[in-house]
Amino acid sequence: MPMTAPQIEALLRRAFPDAQIELTDTAGDGDHWHARIVSAAFRGRTRVQQHQLVYAAIGPDMGGALHALALQTEVPA
Amino acid sequence: MTTSTPNPVAERISDMLAQHDIVLFMKGVPAAPQCGFSQAVVQVMNQLGVGYATFNVLADAEIREGIKAYSNWPTIPQLYVKGEFIGGCDIVREMFASGELQQLLADLGLG
Repeated sequence: MPMTAPQIEALLRRAFPDAQIELTDTAGDGDHWHARIVSAAFRGRTRVQQHQLVYAAIGPDMGGALHALALQTEVPA
Repeated sequence: MTTSTPNPVAERISDMLAQHDIVLFMKGVPAAPQCGFSQAVVQVMNQLGVGYATFNVLADAEIREGIKAYSNWPTIPQLYVKGEFIGGCDIVREMFASGELQQLLADLGLG
C-alpha cells in the first residue's frame, strides 16, 4: 500500500522539526511523490548525505511502500 | 587484525565497479528502461555522450538488494563513477542541469 502525504510528512517532520516541507503528488495517483525539504540539518553535507538523511527518516518503507519519492533538499538561505 | 566476513554480493559489486569507469545500476536496459527514474538517468547519460556500463537489477535479485546495502541507498537507479557512488535519479539530474556532472567527468578524464 502506498504511503499518504500525511504519513510521509509526519516522518519527515519528526526527523527535521525545523524544515519547510512541500509534498507534491506528481502523477496524481497517490503513489509518486516529490518532496522539497528545506532544513538546516542539510548544511555542510553532500547531496548524497542529505538524501540519505531523508531516506533514514522514512525508514524501511523507503524503496518499498514508498517507491517513488523524488527529492529536492536545500539548506535555508 | 580484523577478519571480515566474506560477502560475495559486495565482492561482485566491487568487481563490477573496478572493471568499468561508469556503472549505472538500473531497472531494465538502456534501450528499454523498466521505470521512469531509470529512464531519466539513461537520458542524461546519453546526452553526456560517454560510454557506460549498465546492470539490470531486475535480472538479479541478489544485486538488486545488495546494491542498496552497498551504497546505503534504498532505491534504483544508482550511478557510480570510478567506484564512487554519485547518487540516484534526482542527484544525477540536478548535477547534469548545473553542469556539475559534466565537470566531474571531465576532471576524471571521462568527459
